[in-house]
Amino acid sequence: MRLDAIRDLLQCEVLVGAHLADLEVDTAIASDAMSAVLASPHPRALMVTGLANIQSVRTALIAYVPAIVYVRGSRPEEVTIRLAREKNIVLLSTPMGMFDSCGLLHGHGIKGAT
Amino acid sequence: MTEELLRRTFEVLGRDFENAGETSTEVTAILKDLEIDPDIILRVGIVMFEAEMNVVMYAKKGTMTFILTDEEIAVDVADEGPGIPDIDLAMQRGYSTASDEMREMGFGYGLGLPNIKKNSDAFVLASEVGKGTRLHSSIRLDSNG
Repeated sequence: MRLDAIRDLLQCEVLVGAHLADLEVDTAIASDAMSAVLASPHPRALMVTGLANIQSVRTALIAYVPAIVYVRGSRPEEVTIRLAREKNIVLLSTPMGMFDSCGLLHGHGIKGAT
Repeated sequence: MTEELLRRTFEVLGRDFENAGETSTEVTAILKDLEIDPDIILRVGIVMFEAEMNVVMYAKKGTMTFILTDEEIAVDVADEGPGIPDIDLAMQRGYSTASDEMREMGFGYGLGLPNIKKNSDAFVLASEVGKGTRLHSSIRLDSNG
């Protein structure tokens, strides 16, 4: 699924999105625990999280995650947005909760990266 | 004979949550520039990031040394901290002594040490209560997980 379609599906605000239309994901991992993301890394998976600190972007860098969706309207501080922009990590923020976000993504063919 | 190609040592400060993870991302960037196998970089990154977060969360300070040879990548971490009273217990998945503040940073769920061990070809953890903890991990360049 293309990331611009995910943006529309989850009604996301785009925080960093230079390559939004070029990126596709078919798997996702959802957790507020970054160690859980690192426990089942799946390169090219979308990360769905409520954790909006700089460690979310660093975890994405380590785990080859190209894009993060922050749920519950979370949005990181400017320093985190800057790091993501520098490293070409797409950041989206949805007002939806974790459960609804994952349900919609799964309903549109995104599989769990476990 | 094993040939050492690159060695870097980084200082890590306890409670420095803002910079936590910077060392690990820097090392993975170096490895990407050296065109190391991405699967190996992923494993080194996980080992270093989890170890770095442990130093930041629990210790006063620590050093992380990264050594690339023609056979493997080794990561040695030594911290000055409270130490681990029961290493077998600490290695259990889900066991954690983390505070709520640490969990708010996305870590401290009892997955860090198991994640490090899982991604290591060799793993040694030694600790002295009241002094600190030493961790050694190595990942062979010809291994693929």
